[in-house]
Amino acid sequence: MIIISGIKRNFSDTAVMSGRMMRHTFRSIDTLITVVAMPIMMLLLFVYVFGGAMNTGSIDYINFLVPGIVLFTIASGVAYTAVRLNNDVTAGIFDRFYSMPISKSSILGGHVLNSVVFNMFSVILVLLVALLIGFRPEAGLAEWLIVIGIVLLFTLAMTWVAVTFGLLANSSEGAGVFAYPMLALLFISSAFVPTESMPGIVRAFAEHQPMTPLIEAVRSLLMNEPVGNNALIAVIWCVGILIAFYIAAMQIYKCKAA
Amino acid sequence: MIKTDTAISVIGLEKSFKNVKVLQNINFTVRKGSIFALLGSNGAGKTTTIKILSTLIKPDQGSAQVCGFDVVRQPHQVREEISLTGQNAAVDGVLTGRENLRLIGKLRHLPDTNKKADALLERFDLLEAADRRVATYSGGMRRRLDLSMSLLGTPSVVFLDEPTTGLDPQSRITMWKIIKDLAHSGVTVFLTTQYLDEADQLADQIFILDKGKIVAEGTASELKKLLPHGHIELRFRNEKEVQTAHNLLGDYKVSLDGENQALIVTTDGSIKQMTDILNRLQNAGLSVAEFAQKLPTLEDVFLTIIGENQGKEYVK
Repeated sequence: MIIISGIKRNFSDTAVMSGRMMRHTFRSIDTLITVVAMPIMMLLLFVYVFGGAMNTGSIDYINFLVPGIVLFTIASGVAYTAVRLNNDVTAGIFDRFYSMPISKSSILGGHVLNSVVFNMFSVILVLLVALLIGFRPEAGLAEWLIVIGIVLLFTLAMTWVAVTFGLLANSSEGAGVFAYPMLALLFISSAFVPTESMPGIVRAFAEHQPMTPLIEAVRSLLMNEPVGNNALIAVIWCVGILIAFYIAAMQIYKCKAA
Repeated sequence: MIKTDTAISVIGLEKSFKNVKVLQNINFTVRKGSIFALLGSNGAGKTTTIKILSTLIKPDQGSAQVCGFDVVRQPHQVREEISLTGQNAAVDGVLTGRENLRLIGKLRHLPDTNKKADALLERFDLLEAADRRVATYSGGMRRRLDLSMSLLGTPSVVFLDEPTTGLDPQSRITMWKIIKDLAHSGVTVFLTTQYLDEADQLADQIFILDKGKIVAEGTASELKKLLPHGHIELRFRNEKEVQTAHNLLGDYKVSLDGENQALIVTTDGSIKQMTDILNRLQNAGLSVAEFAQKLPTLEDVFLTIIGENQGKEYVK
């Protein structure tokens, strides 16, 4: 009985905390611009400006591009999770929550849940725009479900990276900085151009960092092509990052709380 | 084990951060329904004490009980009894005042949160601004909202970490009234402050904390008695005269206020000593530009005690 009421309390506290962060997200114009409008601008830029010069073989450039844009949306989206979390830590509202009789996990849980929900929301908007301008996925239901699973896993992994940096940074300006190397990883991957076009060392790096198998897996699934072992490699990367940063974040969280 | 009229009891509390001793052997008890002030300058250890008592951090040694519950072993029970209003108003600027209160109400799983929120908004004169985002509030309004959020769960002990720092004089007085009313309603108030007049105005019991140690304790009037009466201030026209006078009065307890070219001399308050001092200055051909007899304030107590404390440190 006690355990059940504890779990119930945990869920309701997390829901309340997450509701608070939703309000934060949707009331912040610059979040909406950065997280939703920016990826859409990137999509349009790459399709209509650079796209003509890209040689992606048999696949239409927009179909090639969409998986990379989806990851771009998430990588820039979680930066705001870090900034919001850091604001809570530095502004003292965390102390208030800590000193209240609420489930401890709901404090971070609210941020994590909001991050996942909001990033899915922006990914859906980006996909809708992509469909409008000619994105034509050929995936069946099973492929879509796997894609959704991988994207969710990636969002969760990136969210815990964000939580770690959000807890660690001394100021909210610093909290989002980790997003830049993430975006750099995306640019040096098969997100925007095929890796075959890159010089040797860069190509070797691009093909062995986590973003490329993720993109390749999502791209193959969406275009209903053989996935190979990319999906497995992508999942292993995401789970590895998720576990490493979850442990790191919880460690820092405990230090901050005690 | 603990007397029922005790709200907080602290025994031998110690805390260090990276080998720096922040709190050393802190002992005190706070009576239920009283206002307790921990007075000290920045870095004295006030916030650390509040953080330990409100279960945010754990002490290295010693024990602390709030409402009979141990802060280390029974943090959950302690949290049910207390509310913390931290140094920076811990309010959510993106939400409105009403939403802030409702958030806390929901987290505390209170029945009829909305009604209670409205009642508090009215009590703290925030009803008009209730549906505005807190980011648009003034400092005083933020503090009032902060405090009303703390009171939503009807706590029996309220911790206030520097509740009036940075407030304008009017908001300060409003805050004081709120704090006094709180204590009247039976809530125990534990506050920290660096303002002596604040402790003087509010507290039933004052503990002075300096560099992690309690250096004095008592009521405001008890602390004032620590200073001898007849405390005079002599102001001179220039640096040289101040120095000469300082030497002349070497056998008195004299402190130098170089900035104002003044000496503060402690006497036993007798006419005999007073004439002696003035005679010596007269004979040396020094003219006093300004003369004032001062009653001891809490500030003098504070400076005297901390001054003595520092003196001892230097000897070591």
